[in-house]
Amino acid sequence: MRTISFTVAMAFAALLSPVSAQSADPALVATYIKNTFKSAPAEWQARITQDETQKICSETHNSPTPAQAKAIEARETASIVFPPDGNVMGDWKKGEAIAQNGRGGQFSDDEKTVNGGNCYACHQLAKAEVSYGTLGPSLTEYGKIRKFDAAEAKQAYAKIYNAQAVQPCSNMPRFGFHKFLSIDQIKDLTAFLMSPESPVNK
Amino acid sequence: MTRPRAGSGLAKWAVTIVCVLAGWASTTFAQDDGEKEIERYRAMINDPMANPGFLNVDRGEQLWSLPRGSKNVSLEQCDLGMGPGKLEGAYARLPRYFADADRVMDLEQRLYWCMEKLQGLDMKDIVRRRFSGPGVVSDMEDLVAFIANKSSGMKYEPQLSHPKEKEMLAVGEAMFYYRAGVADFSCATCHGDEGKRIRLQGLPYLAQPSKTAQESMGSWPTYRVSQSQLRTMQHRLWDCFRQSRFPQPDYLADGITALTVYLTKQAAGGEINVPSIKR
Repeated sequence: MRTISFTVAMAFAALLSPVSAQSADPALVATYIKNTFKSAPAEWQARITQDETQKICSETHNSPTPAQAKAIEARETASIVFPPDGNVMGDWKKGEAIAQNGRGGQFSDDEKTVNGGNCYACHQLAKAEVSYGTLGPSLTEYGKIRKFDAAEAKQAYAKIYNAQAVQPCSNMPRFGFHKFLSIDQIKDLTAFLMSPESPVNK
Repeated sequence: MTRPRAGSGLAKWAVTIVCVLAGWASTTFAQDDGEKEIERYRAMINDPMANPGFLNVDRGEQLWSLPRGSKNVSLEQCDLGMGPGKLEGAYARLPRYFADADRVMDLEQRLYWCMEKLQGLDMKDIVRRRFSGPGVVSDMEDLVAFIANKSSGMKYEPQLSHPKEKEMLAVGEAMFYYRAGVADFSCATCHGDEGKRIRLQGLPYLAQPSKTAQESMGSWPTYRVSQSQLRTMQHRLWDCFRQSRFPQPDYLADGITALTVYLTKQAAGGEINVPSIKR
């Protein structure tokens, strides 16, 4: 009887698990992935090697256990570098251009390409820009809602630098962690969100 | 054999419309109106009589029966899974396991196999011309357009009974969720939730069997107005990896087929209408 109920419980656990029952052997998946990109330059191939956070988020289909989430939060928080002078607010006008720019990081880009944040791909920001995506939440009036509070600005900087420090397995790229955006660019984006003059808050 | 480039005049005209509409959508119109205009534009270009992709179908038909290669034979004895030379419904059941190759293959991998083994073609040249562009005609794109068109009006019937097909499906699912690179993206980043948009572009939901997965998969190969070329699933996934900031994938890599097996499963029962035409 105990064996039967144990079996039933396991069957239910399998049904509820986010990962499908016929999960592929990770070593086999790694071989397929390696072969898929085998002709790419070595520095590009390095990109397919996952760090611990990417690995956990992939394996759990972005639903880490509470213990895994805690570990990710701690690890990613430790990676954040704040500006040396403590000022997280840059130029909101430059920030707006960075939010519009979707270039950078693609194998079709040349080395002169300046990386953009491509924020509008996923977020609503300034109300006048109607071409925005819905993969992330609307950030319209982000600073206004937060009463232009300095601690909130610091938090916004941290979120752009490393979203997974705030939300483990967030879909948002870890822009600062990967050095995809510079500290100055992240400051400009923080100002775009938090400055009272920014169109985000008009 | 010389072949003319397809419908560039029409394509330029259509590109102008795209630009005009894109301009409208981002400036004058409010959100809903913008989406409505884009939908109207899609309906307007979706006319088989004005779809340059059918020129690829015609060229593919000629290529299929043209004796070529060191063996000077046509592709008419090529078995795409329904028996040698049988094309009706073949695309609706690909990718699938082929005993003679002991591999699961998508249409382009299978065509490569037939061109190499049956015809003895110069495969370097075929691969060099895998994606068409200015002055480059792609035999692969033309043949895919012709063969896929023979499944138009039919429904996707994913083949998942052979152990190697099951392996491909499991690997494809794992690859769909595989996050890596400088943006931490996986396929699921954009296609893991229902009803999402990137900028104004609606995204098919591919993490489960869905209507948008059926519509999306049922529309490939497609004529890309913005590129003035017909594009296949190999090109679609190549472009997805580019946008995901992954390295450039190898043409015909098994990982691409694994993803295609997974996507075809999510599109099971979806009607195929190809070549379609998109922005």
